[in-house]
Amino acid sequence: MASSGAVFSPIPPRAAPVATQGLVAWLKRSLFDGYANSLATLVTLLVLIWLVPPFFNWSAVNAVFAPDNTACRAAQEVGACWGVIVEKGRLILFGRYPYAEQWRPLLACAMLIALLVASCLRLFWRAWLAGLWIAALAIFLVLMHGGTFGLTPVETSRWGGFPLTLMLSVVSLAVAFPLAIFVALGRSSKLPAIRTICVLYVELIRGVPLISVLFMASFMFPLFMPQGMTIDVLLRVLAGMTLFAAAYLAEVVRGGLQALPKGQLEAAQSLGLSYWQATRMIVLPQALRLVVPAIVNTFISTFKDTSLVTIVSLYDLTGALQLALGDAEWRKFFLEGQLFVAGVYFVFCFAMSRYSRWVEAYLNTGMRRQ
Amino acid sequence: MDKEAPIIKFDGVNKWYGQFHVLRDIKLDVARGERIVICGPSGSGKSTLIRCINRLEEHQSGHLIVDGVELTDDVKAIDAIRREVGMVFQQFNLFPHLTVLENLTLAPMWVGKLPKKEAEERAMQQLKRVRIVEQAAKYPLQLSGGQQQRVAIARALCLTPKIMLFDEPTSALDPEMINEVLDTMKELAGQGITMLCVTHEMGFARSVADRVIFMDEGQIIEENTPEEFFHHPKSDRTRDFLSKILAH
Amino acid sequence: MAAPPAKRSFHWRSKAFRGVLYQVVAITLIAAAGAYLLSNTLGNMRARGIKSGFDFITQPAGFGIGESVIPFDSAESYGKAFLVGLSNTFRVAILGVVMATLLGTLLGIGRLSRNFLVRSLSSAYVDLIRNVPLLLQLFIWYFLMTERLPSIEEALQPLPGVFFSKNGLQFPHPIWSPGHAGTLIGLCVGLLGCWGWSRFARLRREATGRILPVLLPAMAILFLLTALGWVLGGAPGGLDLPEKTEINVVGGGAVTPEFLTVLLGLTVYTAAYIAEVVRAGILSVPFGQHEASAALGLSRGQALRLVQLPQALRVIIPPMTNQYLNLTKNSSLAVAVGYPDLVSISNTSLNQTGRAIECIALVMACYLTLSLLTSAAMNAYNKRASIKER
Repeated sequence: MASSGAVFSPIPPRAAPVATQGLVAWLKRSLFDGYANSLATLVTLLVLIWLVPPFFNWSAVNAVFAPDNTACRAAQEVGACWGVIVEKGRLILFGRYPYAEQWRPLLACAMLIALLVASCLRLFWRAWLAGLWIAALAIFLVLMHGGTFGLTPVETSRWGGFPLTLMLSVVSLAVAFPLAIFVALGRSSKLPAIRTICVLYVELIRGVPLISVLFMASFMFPLFMPQGMTIDVLLRVLAGMTLFAAAYLAEVVRGGLQALPKGQLEAAQSLGLSYWQATRMIVLPQALRLVVPAIVNTFISTFKDTSLVTIVSLYDLTGALQLALGDAEWRKFFLEGQLFVAGVYFVFCFAMSRYSRWVEAYLNTGMRRQ
Repeated sequence: MDKEAPIIKFDGVNKWYGQFHVLRDIKLDVARGERIVICGPSGSGKSTLIRCINRLEEHQSGHLIVDGVELTDDVKAIDAIRREVGMVFQQFNLFPHLTVLENLTLAPMWVGKLPKKEAEERAMQQLKRVRIVEQAAKYPLQLSGGQQQRVAIARALCLTPKIMLFDEPTSALDPEMINEVLDTMKELAGQGITMLCVTHEMGFARSVADRVIFMDEGQIIEENTPEEFFHHPKSDRTRDFLSKILAH
Repeated sequence: MAAPPAKRSFHWRSKAFRGVLYQVVAITLIAAAGAYLLSNTLGNMRARGIKSGFDFITQPAGFGIGESVIPFDSAESYGKAFLVGLSNTFRVAILGVVMATLLGTLLGIGRLSRNFLVRSLSSAYVDLIRNVPLLLQLFIWYFLMTERLPSIEEALQPLPGVFFSKNGLQFPHPIWSPGHAGTLIGLCVGLLGCWGWSRFARLRREATGRILPVLLPAMAILFLLTALGWVLGGAPGGLDLPEKTEINVVGGGAVTPEFLTVLLGLTVYTAAYIAEVVRAGILSVPFGQHEASAALGLSRGQALRLVQLPQALRVIIPPMTNQYLNLTKNSSLAVAVGYPDLVSISNTSLNQTGRAIECIALVMACYLTLSLLTSAAMNAYNKRASIKER
């Protein structure tokens, strides 16, 4: 049955019924929507009330902020002793580096962090960034080691704390990066011998824990050297971390190579470019852009993994903490020191993970616009 | 003079998405066996309208009565209505981890509580109806778009619904596959089932529909038989819309 | 017409020749490097008087092991010590995997919850735990376990018979008696019964369409048959209850604070990663699947079980297995808190015998075997379960 097709009169939009808007409606909808949700809200609130006020009391209200051992002991179970950080802070952050020269690692770290932050901005994504990095690393090493420009030499066994953590992460990743690219390309190669070597390397390293690789570097590398030649502990550990990071990075780069449409390489070849030219100018730039978020995640993992060098007796940030709080007087306040160091790691890693998410969103929109 | 009650009745139905008033005072009666095509510009609320019928969307005010049952928050009523209303989606929404046959027998076994043999017989019947019997053992992603949509139609038909809703069924298909789906829908239309179809395919509307409804900005602007609608549109907005889509 | 036979021509600049050349060069370089390193190593070892070979495995270890599942004393061989280490690793890894999966799944679902409080807390947990190194977290747990808990004279008693102190956790432990065989048999029969009931329910549904409940009856069957087995075995009730004396807690089963540190640290850390895996898996199911199930009239539970979970699991299982492997590899950090796992024992042996290469190689071989087996299993699963496309 058809209707006669009446002429319409326009209906203006009206506001939504009040019950769906406003704070009360949001609270109802999100916290008390149904039995399960209400129960979850109540349980969570109970847990929070049980945990948060005592923690707040301990860490803020009753806490002792001055580096006063007696005051700290007096307040021991009731309040945190943040004074231990004031007292031991420089030891934790810089390890056994000579007290008077600690401006040098401070400057070196600041420079490296500035360069890291700059590398994150798309303004700086140019070819000369690589050159800038090499220069920065050279300056870092000169500042830390000394021996030239009138700086007193400081041997590597005294390097420690945050500069060591930063240096291990940055240098191992910087060296691992080109290695990873070659291994990833080798894995995609059609030549069976090269492919097998790369697969063996990646599967071997990824199948064992980092601690094994560090032990291997620490105990076995001296045996590999020609007789009479010794190799610095720091270099051994650095080599181990680089090998480890390179295996994981190689998988990340391989993911990028696989995600690239095959047509790109074909187009490059049809233009007459050789394999290496096509790889360098067409394939790698695109493949790497695709996996920047994963590369940042690998950096975060490596940054956290540097804490393992504590086990092979290098005093990075975590190790320096153990060292600083070996002091019997302050040992009771280990927890405050640990929370402080955890806070330092958290700030850096959280910032990097936020950046990784931003980069992912930025690159995705970039891809879509094409 | 139609003494029979309409199978779908919209009575002053309003819906908001947040602050956006998407359906405004909708009044619509659909008779049993009637075939209706709903068209209009994007954002006009036509998909929302038909999704309210099987409660995939909730309306905030007004009354919506389907086959004598009013749609409220009553879960039993909603379940009862979903057994009588079948829906075909723009993106097919077949279950990729099940074969075509399993896709079709899932609801009859678990909702209709049919024995497996009977469910499979019914499924093969529907596959015959949409002419795709030989693909029964394949997985959805192994079929073309047109074949997947026909399977989706068969899946909705397996519950022997009284009403079939189509939400832009051919919009996601390559041009050469649109006709096979439209032919299937035409055959269905000739078998007495109540159909509401949101589509841009005006040829289909002309040959199949009892009534064409034009929606814009959340309200029904015009409704008429296809003849009257296409040749003597009464409102300016309708004329405007028709000129845009009938240009080719 | 058949294809013409392949031409065998040879050209200096052909791709095939260059390929062979590159590979020969690569292999020669690596072999040369390997030979150089090997000669250095042998020379160094001779100079330092280090013997080589795996014969130390049968020699007596000379050190005791703090805790182990199998009895061990210092007169037993290095080989047995390694086995004890491996068993300790498995003990903490298996428990850790189970606990981390439970906690991680809850957190993953919590991160997608409509409830603002639950969602925020889950996200805060994941962000906090994932951005602090595991080693530091283990140190914090260890400090709390060994310094902040009361000493054993004033042990905490959260539940009757359970004691928690600086010396670890002590709990009631059933005394094994032959009667317990009845319970075990009851359990096995119960499991068979569960399987039988679910099969019966499925056949019934396919034949007549009637849907019989499966979960509750299965649990009831399991419980009843186990209890029956226990009764028939003579109802052995012996429990070794820890008892608190003046200065000690005697009896019952015990786990050391080192074990608890590694277990809790690994669980809390890996759960944060598993939460992300679960969340990604749930989000990977397109919303249209939910709509189609609803339009067909499937109940919420049916839609979850028949449509969404199978699809989500296919996306969840590979990275989940990866996290399990990570947990097992991370258990190697136990060496830093003194829990005698495989790496820890290998380290001690290394220090005592000087056989660095052998010990480290053994450890790497164990972990590598585990990784490769898991990879192979995962590949087989992926082949079978993958969604079939054109």
